[in-house]
Amino acid sequence: MINLQRLHTRAAFFRVLRSFFYQHDFLEVDTPVRQPVLIPETNIQPPASEDWLLQTSPELCMKRLLALGAGRIFQICPCFRRGERGRLHSEEFLMLEWYRRAADYHQLMRDCEELIRTVSGGLAEADCFAGIDLSGRWPQITVAEAFARFSPVPLERALEEGSFDEVMVEDIEPRLGLQQPYFLCDYPAEMASLARRSPADLQVAERFELYIRGVEVANGFSELADAQEQRQRFTQEIEHIKAQWGRQAAMPEQFLAALPAMGESAGIALGVDRLLMLALNKTALQDVQTFSAEDL
Amino acid sequence: MYNASDLRKGLKVQIDGAPYIVIDFEFSKPGKGQALYRCKMRNMITGNQLVQTYRSNDKFDEAGLEESTMQYLYNQGDEFHFMNTETFEQIMLTTEQIGDNIHFLLDNMEVEMLFFNDQAIDISLPTFVDLAVTQADPWVKGDTSGTDTKPVTVETGFELQVPPFVEEGDRVQIDTRTGAYVTRVKE
Repeated sequence: MINLQRLHTRAAFFRVLRSFFYQHDFLEVDTPVRQPVLIPETNIQPPASEDWLLQTSPELCMKRLLALGAGRIFQICPCFRRGERGRLHSEEFLMLEWYRRAADYHQLMRDCEELIRTVSGGLAEADCFAGIDLSGRWPQITVAEAFARFSPVPLERALEEGSFDEVMVEDIEPRLGLQQPYFLCDYPAEMASLARRSPADLQVAERFELYIRGVEVANGFSELADAQEQRQRFTQEIEHIKAQWGRQAAMPEQFLAALPAMGESAGIALGVDRLLMLALNKTALQDVQTFSAEDL
Repeated sequence: MYNASDLRKGLKVQIDGAPYIVIDFEFSKPGKGQALYRCKMRNMITGNQLVQTYRSNDKFDEAGLEESTMQYLYNQGDEFHFMNTETFEQIMLTTEQIGDNIHFLLDNMEVEMLFFNDQAIDISLPTFVDLAVTQADPWVKGDTSGTDTKPVTVETGFELQVPPFVEEGDRVQIDTRTGAYVTRVKE
């Protein structure tokens, strides 16, 4: 459980986050955490709440607000993921998501740089992100480059034999963001269910992950606005979920109906507890959460 | 049967026919990827360490370990004889299998013995044992050398540091996990 001094730091951290978005003309929004239909994702398990589900991300609702005409929106809200427990995982955690119309993932990377520098300067602690150089533009490395540099097996083989995740965890992630934050970008298209394919290379999606000290902090992408392609991808994902978990996931019909009105947009989800943990040079979420599962 | 999601520090599982204990464990999940369970384990027979990443659908057999209370009877050279206090069955371990426990093992002492496939793989002694001091230098009053401990030898031949007031013939309590002096025992 948190101590009183850190409770104050946590409150200051929220103030800094919110004031950043107010200054950049973002509208703060709130959406229901309990919903009948979520994004179908094989690797993310939502907890059930009676016959509805607790959200794993506010993404679908927030994109529907973009479709309504909102230009820049943000939200800080609880998200839930069943079975995720550890130093960097918590079954309930706080997510910060922000979305911009008429923007792509490059703009989100600039947002991350500015936001995290603002956090570092806005907290009273003197040694935020100790040893990490936050200045300037942060390096970008594509997934293909990261495999070429750090992986014992080439990307194509890892995808074929299904060892992509193992290589990421064992060989790539621990090497990212040690001196400067790193953007790992351009994921294989099949690993970015809601992201737009890159016009320059249809094999990859305009998706990135931000890493600091080997820890994944945020996941952003240029949004896929093509409802037909989105439906195809969801259909595939629903089949995977059925095959792997025996659960029948529903198609997010209302989201698909709203999608054409969303237009070109970009959105990102950032783990709030992880960012505070890194800012305070801690190594476990439990060091910065108000209550962790063990305290309840 | 255990699933990968049951893995945690201290859990004992069987891998390739050998018992392993999990000594370090971390849940990982690369962005939008699948859950991975990174595990460091120690082979409970050879002591070798193994680092391995498992997926949620990986399964493990239980280590199948059994524990029995055994009484230490006597040793004959390299052979240490024990008797099961319930079945009176006797078994023999070698000096190597006894390891550091040899420093604290006394006749008639009851120990917990761990078995894997009916083979003894480890013994654990009581946490504290009382042993007689068989050799100690006398305490020189007014010694101002500043050292607050002195070496003594106990009945098993083990040497340790104790406070200067401990004398030959005293009994001392020793922590068998660390080999450290705890207190002098009043008779």
